[in-house]
Order: sequence, then C-alpha cells, then structure tokens
Amino acid sequence: MVDDQLSRVFAALADPTRRDIVARLAVSDATVGELAEPYDVSIQAVSKHIRVLTDAGLVSQTRDAQRRPCHLEAEVFDLMTKWIERYRQQAQERYERLDVVLAEMRGDEQPTPRHHQQGAAS
Amino acid sequence: MNATSRYQVSIEADQSVPIIRMSRDFDATPAQLMRAHTDPELFARWVGPNGMETKIIDWDATTGGRWRYVAGRDGEEYGFHGCFHDVGDDRIVQTFTYDGQPDGVALETVWFEDLGDGRTRLHAQSLTDSFEARDQWLASGMETGVEEGYAKLDTLLAEL
Repeated sequence: MVDDQLSRVFAALADPTRRDIVARLAVSDATVGELAEPYDVSIQAVSKHIRVLTDAGLVSQTRDAQRRPCHLEAEVFDLMTKWIERYRQQAQERYERLDVVLAEMRGDEQPTPRHHQQGAAS
Repeated sequence: MNATSRYQVSIEADQSVPIIRMSRDFDATPAQLMRAHTDPELFARWVGPNGMETKIIDWDATTGGRWRYVAGRDGEEYGFHGCFHDVGDDRIVQTFTYDGQPDGVALETVWFEDLGDGRTRLHAQSLTDSFEARDQWLASGMETGVEEGYAKLDTLLAEL
C-alpha cells in the first residue's frame, strides 16, 4: 500500500514539468490556467499533469469556487524529507560499522575497548 | 539503540541534477579509509546493512577492475556489481548496479580529505540516471531501515 503510493509519487515527480509545477505550488496556490501560462502547452496538457499529481496525493483542488485553485499537499511532499532522513540514518549506521573496522586497524598498535560492554565484571 | 556517534553523516539531494551527496568525518587517515574501501575482507565487514552478511564474489579494486557482492539474510539475497573506473591514492570512482534493476547504473565517487590530527572527511557522491531512480534509491531506505528507522524518524520529526 505504501509502495503503491510511493511508485505514484516517483512517477509523478520524474517529469520535469511536474517538478516545476510542484515548485511553483510550493510558493502559492494557483489555477490550472495560471500554471499553464509559462509553458508552451495547452491547458488540457497541464490539466493532465495536475491529474497525475492529484492521483499521487501531491496536489489537491478545492471545490468551492469556480477558480478551483491547485494546492500542494505539504504532508505528502514531506515524504521526500523522510526518505532522505532514513537514507541518512542507514549511511550513519554503515559508517559506524566502518568506525569499528578502522578502530581495529589502529588496534594493530594499541587495543581499543570500544565494543566491549561496560560492566562491573570487566 | 547505540549511543549517538560523535560524527554524523550529512546528506544533500541536489534539486537540479539527480545526485546524492554525503560527507562524514572519521578518526582515521585517508590511507586507512582507502584500505577499508579497497580490501575486500575489511569492506565486507562494514558495508552492511545491519543484520545482513556481505559475501564478496568478485573483487579487483584497481583502475579498470570490477566488483560484485551479495548481501544476504535468512535465505534472501541481494546482489550488486560494478566497475572500478579509477582507483587513486585518496579517491575511488566506480559504477554501481543493483542486480534487481540491471538497466540502472549510478556513477559513484568517494574521496578522502585529510583534516590533520588523524582525522579525515569522507565525501561520497552518487549520480543516478534519472530523478525517478534517485528518489527510488533514497526511498529504498524505507524498506530495509524499517525496523530501526521508524522510531528515530518519529523522534526527529517531532522535533521539527
């Protein structure tokens, strides 16, 4: 279930136009017409991009007024921040294992107590 | 959970090119870090992830050489392979492919900056072939890091 949403988010953000739309929506809400202005494409094409972003849960459109501005769902977009932090955490764990290996390499000259348990008996 | 290490990884996902950059300090010389990256027995001990055993299948850490290893746990195996494009005194340039996605390849550069006093800063950069591949790679931490990752992440997010 999470995987499915992730694949949709990946696919949605893989397109440069959609990345650009997301960047602009991060500044402020905008209608499809306003979003289409700087591009050399039809409003229909931009609508299609918006639909992909909406399906991925990245963008919502309010229903009240006729304007129907597009709105960036910051919570879902924060996924990226979470991915990066988790990736960082894994790298941190990997490099802490490397610390141990390096300590043992230095230990050729001097023993290191690093991975012994602290305890009354020792 | 381990005590917080003295040195933390810093990471950056570039906005304009599909690159991941990381850096991290070590109490070691560039030569020791080079050895830990090129000696297959040492490398297999830390490349991880936690709880997985790394088996080196192929290893020639010289310019133009190649590498292949398999990470396994409970009968599940994940293979990785690539070529050593350039192995210098304090820099390694290599390709990286996950066997499960044989069409994908990342270009990885790792180099070691001598900070003096027996400390070295490791810099690592991975250039993937698309933003989609880069983001997928970043998110791959979600599956393997689930057990240890969630609690820490929640704490971190709570502090934001």
